[in-house]
Amino acid sequence: MSLADQSESLTLPLGAEPSMASVGDYIALMKPRVMSLVVFTAFVGLMLAPGPVHPVIGFTALLCISVGAGAAGTLNMWYDGDIDAKMTRTAGRPIPAGRLQRGEALGFGITLAAFSIVVLGLLVNELAAALLAFTIFFYVVIYTMWLKRCTPQNIVIGGAAGALPPVIGWVSATGGVSLESILLFLIIFFWTPPHFWALSLYRSDDYARAGIPMLPVVAGERETRRQILIYTLILAPLGVAPWLLGFAGPVYGIASVGAGVVMTILALRVHAGCSGSAAASKQLFAFSILYLFLLFTFLLVDRTWSDHFGFAG
Amino acid sequence: MLTMSESHNEKGIVLTPEQQRRRRARSLAIAIALGALALLFYVVTMVKGPGVLQRPL
Repeated sequence: MSLADQSESLTLPLGAEPSMASVGDYIALMKPRVMSLVVFTAFVGLMLAPGPVHPVIGFTALLCISVGAGAAGTLNMWYDGDIDAKMTRTAGRPIPAGRLQRGEALGFGITLAAFSIVVLGLLVNELAAALLAFTIFFYVVIYTMWLKRCTPQNIVIGGAAGALPPVIGWVSATGGVSLESILLFLIIFFWTPPHFWALSLYRSDDYARAGIPMLPVVAGERETRRQILIYTLILAPLGVAPWLLGFAGPVYGIASVGAGVVMTILALRVHAGCSGSAAASKQLFAFSILYLFLLFTFLLVDRTWSDHFGFAG
Repeated sequence: MLTMSESHNEKGIVLTPEQQRRRRARSLAIAIALGALALLFYVVTMVKGPGVLQRPL
């Protein structure tokens, strides 16, 4: 006899139905695409840090950081189940699609968070674990539960959570924070607003329907374009700063100047707001991902180059 | 609150084949994750050697 056959006489309390969630649904909860960016930036932070790191310890640190990021993503989906259902971009997620109960996501998220923090603290170092715990707390409580639904500055302040992984990678290798790691933090911190506001410009209907006060919804598209340009004009010099301050060589310097120029041109096109501005926003959003990837890749290339040839760049 | 007929009391909740397949997959994933965790602790202990016990208070 199946559950369907019993449905007439059997009434289960809400949330007690046998789970239909697949392993893939649990993986989707962890936001694998966000995780990949987190792992990449943390990896660069780990590799740039001075001094050798044992590969096993480095792998353990990256594993814990990625699982911690997955925990934050899971708890974000647990809390945002209601607004995810209202947006076309997120309606297919496991919770709004009805494939997974919110309680299951909560339990899974807390378990991942606890394991990632404890294992990082036991096997790598305590400061890295404390930073990972702070990152998860900041993303889930400060950003998801508080800022996201009450201020258009949500992604500006909340961006700090996404900017911390390279610092955690650095701390995993060295046990301390330094100016170089803070610079990596600042690059991602100032990259986040133009990246997300470019997306929100052509998804503003979605955000408005869900009642999320994204900048285009609250302050209008004109103000959003202006803010995108301001943050990009701060970001482009920051991207070059590792070379100017001597942390990276000319290989990185040339790449960061080139990428910064392209990013600024695309932000200027969005700011102009001419016909086809949705296309300009999409181009900026797409390039912003490539921009961050290029900066961090060239930091890595530059370091590898200087390690092999004995000079910077 | 659970209300069941007498026959349901005897058999309890019977999962559909699809629910059973998904539960088996989830259980396997948990087993693999726990096994990997045990292996990770073992390998890190080997790598750190006696240093694994030296921790600041």
